[in-house]
Amino acid sequence: MPSLWIKNARVIDPAAKRDAVGDIFVRDGKFAATLSAVEKKRAKKIDARGLVACPGLVDIHVHFREPGQTHKESIGTGSRAAAAGGFTTVVMMPNTSPVADNSGTIQLMKDVVARDAVIRVYPTGCITVGMKGQALAPIGSLKRAGVVAITDDGDCVQSNDLMRRAVEYAKMFDLPVMDHCQDYSMTQGAVMNEGVMSTRLGLHGWPNAAEDLIVARNVILSEYTGAHIHLQHISSKFSVDVIRRAKQRGARITAEATPHHIALTDDLLAGYDTNFKMNPPLRTESDRVALIDGLRDGTLDIIATDHAPHTDYEKDKEFDFAPNGILGLETALSVTLAVLVRRNKFKLPFVIDLMTRRPAKLMNLPGGTLAVGAEADICLFDPAEKWLYNAKAGFSKSSNSPWSGQTLTGRVKTTIVGGRIVFNAGKIVV
Amino acid sequence: MSWTRRHLLTVEELSLAEIDQIHAAARAFKRTLSRSVKKVPALRGKTIVNLFLEPSTRTRMAFDMAAKRLSADVISLDGTSSSTTKGETLRDTAENIQALQADMIVIRHAAAGSPLYLSRILDIPVINAGDGAHEHPTQGLLDTFTMIEHLGSLKGRKVVILGDILFSRVARSNIHALTKMGAAVTLVGPSTLVPAWFTAMGVSVSHDLKSALADAEVVMLLRIQHERQAAGLFPSLGEYTSMFGLNKARASWLNPKAIIMHPGPINRGVEIDSELADGDRSVILQQVTNGIAVRMAVLYLCAGGQPELVTPVE
Repeated sequence: MPSLWIKNARVIDPAAKRDAVGDIFVRDGKFAATLSAVEKKRAKKIDARGLVACPGLVDIHVHFREPGQTHKESIGTGSRAAAAGGFTTVVMMPNTSPVADNSGTIQLMKDVVARDAVIRVYPTGCITVGMKGQALAPIGSLKRAGVVAITDDGDCVQSNDLMRRAVEYAKMFDLPVMDHCQDYSMTQGAVMNEGVMSTRLGLHGWPNAAEDLIVARNVILSEYTGAHIHLQHISSKFSVDVIRRAKQRGARITAEATPHHIALTDDLLAGYDTNFKMNPPLRTESDRVALIDGLRDGTLDIIATDHAPHTDYEKDKEFDFAPNGILGLETALSVTLAVLVRRNKFKLPFVIDLMTRRPAKLMNLPGGTLAVGAEADICLFDPAEKWLYNAKAGFSKSSNSPWSGQTLTGRVKTTIVGGRIVFNAGKIVV
Repeated sequence: MSWTRRHLLTVEELSLAEIDQIHAAARAFKRTLSRSVKKVPALRGKTIVNLFLEPSTRTRMAFDMAAKRLSADVISLDGTSSSTTKGETLRDTAENIQALQADMIVIRHAAAGSPLYLSRILDIPVINAGDGAHEHPTQGLLDTFTMIEHLGSLKGRKVVILGDILFSRVARSNIHALTKMGAAVTLVGPSTLVPAWFTAMGVSVSHDLKSALADAEVVMLLRIQHERQAAGLFPSLGEYTSMFGLNKARASWLNPKAIIMHPGPINRGVEIDSELADGDRSVILQQVTNGIAVRMAVLYLCAGGQPELVTPVE
């Protein structure tokens, strides 16, 4: 493997509090302090003038649909979409077909990752057998098989007692429990945020109270058991407040926000476009602003995409019947930069931190650093370049993105995993 | 002013002038209904498909009748006879209907927004005959048409809509039509069926029947469905009737000249006492007749007919 010499980049390494123009050196797939004169001569040189070089992005919430739903996405295509978006590490949700509630399925996923993935891809396992919310999955075996967390994402465990036992049990393995916070008794048939817009559109509403109840439940269970619970894709202002106060008490609660929830609101559903349909739903402007405030003050720890591919023919339906979810990986950086850096004046290194060091740390994963000796996972992007995003021409197998056809600002130029260039100049190069 | 709209998807998107145009054409067509030969040749040679993917009797018959009065050929499909039960998508069903050379499609569907969805797919006009809890534009247009017949201009008129507003497409289309026409609309019913979010649509919300009915010139009742009670939105039909049912005593709170409306089907003894439904203030059956005229107007205009061409009929 040739050494790398990335020259004259704006190097941002949140872990080292580094933000300065300089060079990055990679030897044998790992960051090096420098290269010898001979190595420099032989190294592959990348002129990164005008670009930001940061740790490869980390997304702990993606759906790669393999096994079982590979018409939507596969580990191969999903990992390419991730690489194109600057991601070098992702964590897959277990709602595949069959669901990942046993070590055999985890082993299958790991085999496919080894064969097809172009970045680092980690599996999660289910909390309950069949994701049915009735009996604990073999969490210890799942851990041994290599899951980095457990979750029934999309099928929130409704029984408080079962959730209590799950987090108590998972704590023994130091395994984070990720929860999609939704009280199903309050969201039967719901397809969008409940409020003025759902009333006008005649669509069945998903009240933010149904999220807030489970967020509060999880805070209570985390404090009661001492277990780490990670709250997925928070969408409600009230939930942000619950989490903020829990953290002030020192609860082991972490939480994520998605690019779409910080960028979009339910007003956009006026045309019944199913590319604005996801779960939890887009909410109101005051919720959106509260999420941004939550990211600013650390109440919300990270950005995660909830990359959820569905085919055109699945999304091309009556709004009520279309599946929930949108793509996220290829647009996450551009959208997040637009919302947080340009519109809300977040410092760029802080935003990079939300997408690199913090999610890696939260899930106990390597990555998210440019430290000497660490695996050389790097994202090079031009924060000012404008580009036309066409989801159909993207790397995901699906194209269900509300940003398709829009000009975005901030473009990933090169993605490097373990010192190997996997994405460069718009192409996957492995 | 000429008519430029190809589809009728919502009342919300109509301008006041467009509502007036539809009403004017409906007035002209209504006169033809009392002739011995009721047909006019306006849509001769055109084929209209009624795609009713949700049960309907009144609306479907009225659209059928309206199309036939205009001399169009009509084909009606319902949810059970169409291929949707075999898993065909709405897009495929609609594209097939278009490929069969239909000139216009009238759709009733349980999913809000589906007429808009079809209008983006098809080249032929799409008429919304009710989409979920969203809109039922021809009903809103025929209801306001009926009100105008009795009251003249609706500006400043006090209209009460009473019942299950949350799940009612009829209420929403009436709200849009009435607010555009300057009426003062109050929605009344149990708090679970009349959420305050409706005030964003320019109407008042009340849970006090007496003050709401005081001096109202129109009261429109909406059907109370047993399913809502099963879903826990109110305790029982009996309690609903005792709290919000319209009876003779409560009707006395209305303006003496007030009219009583109901889009049907009526639950006699639940939302309205039988004698009121049949009484002289009830215009319920006039609504049904007007439904033909208004739908003739809508079909005629969306098929490309111009308002001035029906004026000679007046």
